[in-house]
Amino acid sequence: MRDRQTVAACPYFVMENAGYCDESFNSLQSGTSDEDMVEIAGATLDFSSTDDVPPLDRDYVSGYTSYNGVTEGVNGVPKLMDLLDEPLPGVGTYEDFNTIDWVREKSKDRDRHREITNKSKESTWALMKSVSDAFSGWLLMLLIGLMAGALAGGIDISAHWLTDLKGGVCLNGFWFNHEHCCWNSNETTFVERDKCPQWKSWAELIIGTAEGSFAYIVNYVMYVCWALLFAFLAVSLVRAFAPYACGSGIPEIKTILSGFIIRGYLGKWTLVIKTITLVLAVSSGLSLGKEGPLIHVACCCGNILCHVFTKYRKNEAKRREVLSAAAAVGVSVAFGAPIGGVLFSLEEVSYYFPLKTLWRSFFAALVAAFTLRSINPFGNSRLVLFYVEFHSPWHLLELVPFILLGIFGGLWGAAFIRANIAWCRRRKTTRLGHYPVLEVLVVTAVTAVLAFPNEYTRMSTSELISELFNDCTLLDSSKLCDYINVNITKSSNELADRPASTNVYMAMWQLALALVFKMLITVVTFGMKVPSGLFIPSMAVGAIAGRLLGVAMEQLAYYHHDWVIFRGWCSPGADCITPGLYAMVGAAACLGGVTRMTVSLVVIMFELTGGLEYIVPLMAAAMTSKWVADAIGREGIYEAHIRLNGYPFLEAKEEFSHKTLAMDVMRPRRSDPPLSVLTQDSMTVEDVETLITETSYSGFPVVVSHESQRLVGFALRRDLTISIENARRRQDGIVSTSRVFFTEYTPPQAPSSPAPLKLRSVMDLSPFTVTDHTPMEIVVDIFRKLGLRQCLVTHNGRLLGIITKKDILKHMAQMANRDPDSILFN
Amino acid sequence: MVYETVTNPRYQLFSFACFLMMLSTAEVTGAKNSEDIRCKCICPPYKDVFGKIYKQNVSLKDCNCLHVVEPMPVEGKDVEAYCLRCECKYEERSSGTIKLTIIIYLSILGLLILYMVYLTLVEPALKRRLFGHSQLIQSDDDLGDQQPFANAHDVLSHSRSRPNVLNKVEHAQQRWKRQVQEQRKSVFDRHVVLS
Repeated sequence: MRDRQTVAACPYFVMENAGYCDESFNSLQSGTSDEDMVEIAGATLDFSSTDDVPPLDRDYVSGYTSYNGVTEGVNGVPKLMDLLDEPLPGVGTYEDFNTIDWVREKSKDRDRHREITNKSKESTWALMKSVSDAFSGWLLMLLIGLMAGALAGGIDISAHWLTDLKGGVCLNGFWFNHEHCCWNSNETTFVERDKCPQWKSWAELIIGTAEGSFAYIVNYVMYVCWALLFAFLAVSLVRAFAPYACGSGIPEIKTILSGFIIRGYLGKWTLVIKTITLVLAVSSGLSLGKEGPLIHVACCCGNILCHVFTKYRKNEAKRREVLSAAAAVGVSVAFGAPIGGVLFSLEEVSYYFPLKTLWRSFFAALVAAFTLRSINPFGNSRLVLFYVEFHSPWHLLELVPFILLGIFGGLWGAAFIRANIAWCRRRKTTRLGHYPVLEVLVVTAVTAVLAFPNEYTRMSTSELISELFNDCTLLDSSKLCDYINVNITKSSNELADRPASTNVYMAMWQLALALVFKMLITVVTFGMKVPSGLFIPSMAVGAIAGRLLGVAMEQLAYYHHDWVIFRGWCSPGADCITPGLYAMVGAAACLGGVTRMTVSLVVIMFELTGGLEYIVPLMAAAMTSKWVADAIGREGIYEAHIRLNGYPFLEAKEEFSHKTLAMDVMRPRRSDPPLSVLTQDSMTVEDVETLITETSYSGFPVVVSHESQRLVGFALRRDLTISIENARRRQDGIVSTSRVFFTEYTPPQAPSSPAPLKLRSVMDLSPFTVTDHTPMEIVVDIFRKLGLRQCLVTHNGRLLGIITKKDILKHMAQMANRDPDSILFN
Repeated sequence: MVYETVTNPRYQLFSFACFLMMLSTAEVTGAKNSEDIRCKCICPPYKDVFGKIYKQNVSLKDCNCLHVVEPMPVEGKDVEAYCLRCECKYEERSSGTIKLTIIIYLSILGLLILYMVYLTLVEPALKRRLFGHSQLIQSDDDLGDQQPFANAHDVLSHSRSRPNVLNKVEHAQQRWKRQVQEQRKSVFDRHVVLS
């Protein structure tokens, strides 16, 4: 296991040309090459070696038949003049904020698999090894499911308890939330289902009474204080321990899954801090959800567990397959929807999704759902708080209001994305971004102060959605279900449409105010420096709008049942309109408008309701909202955030429709200096090092000679630096004037010249090339489908230039009249 | 592959943690306190009887209206009509799991808060007291120079019995702090990642 690296350390950033070096020669046990930036030799180290004069006791004349890298010395002892046999630790790894080379990773995995298969025929032990290697993927999925399910259960239980802590304490045991405190009590009444003597509100504890305006004020003040405390703790912990734990996480995970490297984003500390602060942020009453952060938590679990298995630790492409499955697990535990989770991972998050991953993701999602169910956080063996169970039918004419809800969802989604991106851009560029802690506290204070008076914003958003999804029966006694009960002679629990009482009208007013409040405050909340998700607030907005429309339709049908549109199917005494269904459809429409999910949204909602009856309304609303939102703005919220941050994400869904050619995009342009190339046998170590230090390119093509410019291969900067540094330290006789050879056979050297350095092993012998007249459509297609990082451009067989992924993104930005300098990373 | 993973200490730690997690889950789901099961019957208003909720700790087979609704508010032939409107549900919970989860969460949160207070307030104060203000500034800026830190932590720890382990821990902690500082610069100051 190549864990130890005893070379000098110098982490790089591509962004800054000056790196800083850490001359620590202690053994850096950086087996987790993900956590710490794997430290390699840096350009600012002193390159002069201590022994410039080759030692006299080496015999270079006779010992120089270089035959595949092993030279025989005088004594017949094989000298390893290069390190072809053993790959250096560090070669083949990537720097932070860089893109991986998918082709290389996949071929590495195929080689490894071939080697294991070949060896498995030799002995039983090797056969066992090959079986366990095949089985390791499934074991990893099982572990991810267990860990993510356990964490999600813990998060749910803690979030419920902390949310209720803002209102009071349970005297039976402080760890019970309000519902569980009154679980066994016989003092709950039909009208007040939450009342029991064991649960004391803060007013009762502080001043002794629970009624009266003074008690109300004390409750108000305690609510705001607790909310501020939770938010302050959340943002301080994020700032102190893991700044990567803020935000939703989905845009960055999308970028990571497309091949980008962000070290530490899926690490141990990020996992711990995200779990702890997510509970705090949700409990503080802010208008955010926990679904997006749960996906990040699940991917962290996946990444951490990958380090246990060599097959996944060393190969970035295989690791991303596991991360796709982990994203599915995240959605599965958030919604209790395993199939929806897999489809969400396929549609929204993953970039390359091989079919093998489909089955494994489903397995992991099921394991996680099963683990969550066995922990039973909601006390009724349901996975999600808002699981609905009604099965009332709907009529075809109701598609009209459903489509109206879809239009509302699309409009709101597009408006929300515009407003949120504008706010986040302001946070990035102006002074607003210098005070993150203060910003969080101010937003929390405003939210808490405005949310407490309205009972529908005081309760947690999940509870609100659950209440809105619920269809009113005789057994309900909430304000929303307070209909005037006319003529109840039927003994079944299905009710006819009834006229609303004043309570219902008051509830409608409160809900309308809550709608406006939530629409405005979510714009400011999403993107703050605490873990924040977007699913639940969008669903809340949609559910409120849907319920309002549903109750309006219901009352219209009751009072005007003789109108043409109602006459056929909504006779008096029939139960025709279900406001709960309208709330569900509204929630789906708004969520679809913001995230532009299609199939996964419908499947998640269908798994939430457990009935096939409502697929058509859900699909109608989802499609309408997506079309309306796409007509206004092309991108969903996650793509918009990716573009805001300048990540190098090549959008797989967009079509490139311009008629430019490869030579319009390639570098060097006409006014630039010529392409920096390495020659295959005429450069010295010093020349190579100068080239590396003077330029900041991350790779160099290798040509036969400067005159012919015929292509040999491509060498990455990081691999070159590691190999040269290692050769200087380990190999005998490598000095600044040593020749560097990229050829297969090195010619015999004169006895006075220093030993040659063979670097053929770090060179990629099959770089992708296109001709200069290739249309850019094809080039973009090649980049997308193969996951390339760079592509060489040739003309008449001679090397002309290079196109990198960043060039393509800049070109696409230019074609779309956007600022090409907004692409920040490489 | 398996041999390598088994000897990897990280793997051992993870397997132990997973085993603990599964054990605690299994244990708390296995135990069924009598207080943790209930049958809840909700009966809506009927004629002139108000709506009421009845709860009892009975098992699944006894969870119906006749067993749970006591005392029955209506007589004789009305009982059937009344019971038809009532809805009885059997529910289970695990109070042990809830207690364990909350206590684990609060202890981790407490530890993190203490560590954060130590890192932000106590450690700089200690260093300032021991080494003076100037060296503190110098060692903050000069990230590449390890010597002051190595000396500082040696002196602070007051023991040279196992320098290797302590040095390793100190070194790991320094590296982690540098990473967090880099992350903080990218996220909070330069706003490069994560808007």
